[in-house]
Amino acid sequence: MTSPSPTPRPTSPNRTQPRILPLRIEGLSYEKEGKTLVREISCRLEAGKRTLVLGPNGAGKSLFLRLAHGLITPTGGTIRWADTPTAQAHAMVFQRPVMLRRSVAANLDYALGLAGLDKATLRERRDEVLELTGLTALRDRQARVLSGGEQQRLALARAWSLRPQVLFLDEPTASLDPSATERIEELIETIHDSGTKIVLSTHNMRQARRLGDEILFFSEGCLCEQSPADLFFSAPQSEAAQRFLDSEYHALHR
Amino acid sequence: MNDFSHALWLALELVISLDPDLTEIVGLSLTVSLSAVAIATAVGLPLGTALATLTFPGRKLVMALLSGLMGLPPVVVGLVVYLLLSRSGPLGTLGLLYTPEAMIIAQTLLIIPIVASLSRQTAEDLWSEYREQLTSLGCSPARAIPTLLYDGRYRLTTAVLAGFGRASAEVGAVMIVGGNIDHLTRVMTSAIALETSRGELSLALALGMILILLSFMINATSYIVRDRVKEGNL
Repeated sequence: MTSPSPTPRPTSPNRTQPRILPLRIEGLSYEKEGKTLVREISCRLEAGKRTLVLGPNGAGKSLFLRLAHGLITPTGGTIRWADTPTAQAHAMVFQRPVMLRRSVAANLDYALGLAGLDKATLRERRDEVLELTGLTALRDRQARVLSGGEQQRLALARAWSLRPQVLFLDEPTASLDPSATERIEELIETIHDSGTKIVLSTHNMRQARRLGDEILFFSEGCLCEQSPADLFFSAPQSEAAQRFLDSEYHALHR
Repeated sequence: MNDFSHALWLALELVISLDPDLTEIVGLSLTVSLSAVAIATAVGLPLGTALATLTFPGRKLVMALLSGLMGLPPVVVGLVVYLLLSRSGPLGTLGLLYTPEAMIIAQTLLIIPIVASLSRQTAEDLWSEYREQLTSLGCSPARAIPTLLYDGRYRLTTAVLAGFGRASAEVGAVMIVGGNIDHLTRVMTSAIALETSRGELSLALALGMILILLSFMINATSYIVRDRVKEGNL
């Protein structure tokens, strides 16, 4: 499988670092208090394609992202990156943005500081990402007084500033209104174009259609299918996906 | 009743005229308690925050211990510090007994558990909010301690204020290790106890007013901070 080679941008993932993709996940399970929350998930995530993790609420999508990102240790199975990732090689954006109690610029400085950048590079990188995400005018504002959409844009900027090879996004627009959602989706496209692999979870079928190159469909803790997006929406392979799409179409055309 | 209103007038006069005896006692009180708060803050805030983020065997035990020590009776702390500092005690050679330094030591020991326990609770709230995001950014629990101290800078003041309130109001510990010596170790609380027992109500009342005002300011500030935190932006 070949990945598209995007035009290099200033924010392209760090090419001097070893490539961590593809990501191979085998038999991934997570149990808590005797309940299996995700079960025996096996898949392979390639560079370039936008992977949409789709499924109803409670299907295990968020948990899957957290396991892959390393926030939670699985109780079974393996997560194998092509090369050992550094702490910043893959990043994550959460449904509810976590804003540090500092200015917009200081939120970026904090993340870049943790990545160990020297002062000059840090300032350069911060100003660049502020510009690319349209946050320059807000740079001295307190992050926590921004609107929900602006906060999520800052969360994306903060993750993107680290030039990750993979960006996990857990329902990043679920608490946003349509116009804020649109801006976030545009930004996600831009980040994708810069060469960062997008892995985004959503329960919104239309968002999955808009953004997805391939679909990982989850239901009840299981990965039901991994299909190219056009195939998934025209001819889903699994029964669970068929049912989900039917009910979504019904809801739309009622 | 007449005696009382007379004493009250004299007390007000003392306060308004900034009577030198009065200001000396108030000044020493503030010096001692603020020094104790400064040391307890330097130790207690990082300690409490570390207990919130780090996991290690015995963590629960340390937390229970600190919570238990929050309610230490000041006289007992005074007694222990007295035994340590008395001439035959292990630290007797320092010659600190009956000095302001001894009072600072006693008050510091009294309030470290308070500052540490309260800041742990505050830091825990903040950590539960930040944990995933900071971990995702590559921040270790140890590295998170200065982050939480900085981002909790407003709300953590409530822990410091609680310590200050406790230190400035206690009488048992300073009385025992300070000895309540005129012009040397006489602070507001010990002076009130002494003057009242001697029937010198005016100075006692004057000091009482100031102490109440101080306590009022501490608790009102603490309330305002907590209220702002609840609104979400501190």
